Amino acid sequence: MIEILSDTALATVQDLGRTGALNWGVGTSGAMDPLALAAGNILLGNGAGAAAIEVQVFPFLVRFAEPCAFALTGADCAASLDGRPLLPWCSAEAAAGQILRLGLPAAATWRASRAYLCLAGGIDVPAVLGSRSTQLRGAFGGHDGRALRQGDRLAAVAPGAGQRPTGLGAVPPAFCLPLSQDGLPAIRVLPAAEYDRYTAASRAAFWGEPWRITPQSDRYGYRLAGPTLTPSAPIELRSHGIVPGVIQVPHGGQPIVQMRDAQPSGGYPKIGTIIEADLWRLGQAPIGSRLRFVETDWETALAARDANEAWLANLARLADLRRIAT
Amino acid sequence: MTSITLLGTTALLFDAPGETDLPTQQRIWALAREVETWPEVREAVPGMNNLMLVFARAPRHLAALEARLRDAWDAAVPLPREGRLVELPVTYGGDAGPHLADVVAHTGLTVDAIVALHTAPDYPVFALGSHPGYCYLGGMDPRITTPRRKVPVLSIPGGAVSIGGSQTGVSASTGPSGWNTIGSTTMCFFDPTRDPPALLRPGDTIRFRAERVIR
Repeated sequence: MIEILSDTALATVQDLGRTGALNWGVGTSGAMDPLALAAGNILLGNGAGAAAIEVQVFPFLVRFAEPCAFALTGADCAASLDGRPLLPWCSAEAAAGQILRLGLPAAATWRASRAYLCLAGGIDVPAVLGSRSTQLRGAFGGHDGRALRQGDRLAAVAPGAGQRPTGLGAVPPAFCLPLSQDGLPAIRVLPAAEYDRYTAASRAAFWGEPWRITPQSDRYGYRLAGPTLTPSAPIELRSHGIVPGVIQVPHGGQPIVQMRDAQPSGGYPKIGTIIEADLWRLGQAPIGSRLRFVETDWETALAARDANEAWLANLARLADLRRIAT
Repeated sequence: MTSITLLGTTALLFDAPGETDLPTQQRIWALAREVETWPEVREAVPGMNNLMLVFARAPRHLAALEARLRDAWDAAVPLPREGRLVELPVTYGGDAGPHLADVVAHTGLTVDAIVALHTAPDYPVFALGSHPGYCYLGGMDPRITTPRRKVPVLSIPGGAVSIGGSQTGVSASTGPSGWNTIGSTTMCFFDPTRDPPALLRPGDTIRFRAERVIR
C-alpha cells in the first residue's frame, strides 16, 4: 500500500491501454510512454499488462505503508527514498514508512516530462472493460476513474520485503534509440488520407519547419504551433476511426496530434500519423519544446517497431539472468 | 472509388464511395463482421460509411490485406439490424445551444426552421465513437449542414445536441468538441458496469423532440 502525499495533479494509473472497446466509443488510454512502462515492469519482473502510476506534475511524493519493490522509469526526476538518491530507470525496495520523492525532471540528462512508478506485481485496481488504464472522459478505470489526489491509497499486487531482486537498471531508450534531425528531436510520420489535399507549400512546411508543443497539450492531444497548413480546397469529412498519433488539422491550420486519451473517432482532416514506435518520444516531449516531423515508409516504420521490441527483449533477458543469479 | 489509407502502423481506414446512406452503412456492418474474424485485425470499428481496422500486429505486407479487404467489400451485402427507438426531449438555443446562432448564420434559416428540420427525421445509429456511449447518427437534413468549428471548444457538457458538417449527435459526457452545440438533453448513454456498457448500438434509432426553443 502506498499513500499519495503531494497535493498533486494529473497523475493517473495506466497500463498499456484498453483494447476491444472502440465499438462502444471507448478510446485506448494507456501510458504516454509505453516503452518506459514496459521497461519498469520488466525491471520488477511484472507481467506486461501490469499497471503503474504515470506522473506528469512534480514534485510527487508517496509514502510506503509496507515494504514493497518498485521501479522508476521515464523522466529523470532526481528521485530519492527518505532523502537517499535513487538512480533513474532502476528498481529498488522501500521499507514501511519510507517516503519516495520525485523532483522536477532534469533537462541535463535527457528531456522528458513523464515518470512511471511501477510497484511489485502492478497497481492493484480492478480491470474495467479489459484494462486498468484510467478513462478520464468516461470516469472509469484506474483509481475511481480519475486522476490521483493527496491522501489516495493504492495497493500493490505483490508487496513484501525481499520478494524479488532489485537494484536492476536499464539505459534509457533516449540514449539507446535516439532520433534527431537538424538539432531537434525527430518523430517519424506516415502520410495519412488527406495529405495530398494540402498545398505543396504546406506539405513542404510540415516536414521542413519545426513544431512547438503549446501549453494547450495534454494526454488527450498536443496542439502544435508552426506554419499554417492550408488545404488546396476546404475539406469536410465523415466521422471515422482514429488512433493515438493521428495528426489532425482543424480549419485554423495548426495541427493537433491525438494522444493516449484521444477519442477513438473524429472528422478533422489528417495530414499524417506518427508511427506507433515513436509515440513514446512525443509522449515524453515537454510543453514548450520543439520537434521535427520526418517522413517515413512502411518498412522503416516496422523496423522501428522491431528495434523497440528488441530493446525490450534484451532488457527482459538481462532481468531474467539477474533473477536466476539471485 | 473506395479508398484504403493508413493510420500510421496502427490501423487501416476503409472509406466507402458515394453519399452517406443507410444501405452503405449496412454493408459496412457486414464488412466489419467479416474482417473482425481475420487474425491481422484486433478491432473492426465502423464510422460513417467507413471502417477502421486496428491491427493485432502491423503486417509486413500490406498489399495482400488491402486486396482481401476490397474483395470482402465487393462481396458484402447489406446487413439490416432491427433496433429500438429512443425519443430525446431537447431544449434548443439559449445556454443549452450556444452555437445555434452560428448555424443560423451559416444556413440563413430561422431558429424555428432549423429546429423543425432537426426534429423531423428518425436518426439511425450508424456507429458509436468519439467518447464512451456516443452515437453517430445518419439522416440529418443537408439544409442544416454547418462546418465544424475553426477551433474546437475545450469543454462541451454531456447531453449537448450538436451539428458537425453534415452530421448530428448528442454528447454522452463532458469533453472537448469541434461541433456546433444547438441544444441539450438528459440521458445516460454509458455505464461501464452494464453489459453492454452503451445504451444504444448500431441499428437503434433516435428521435429528437423539441421540448423548448429559446430564441
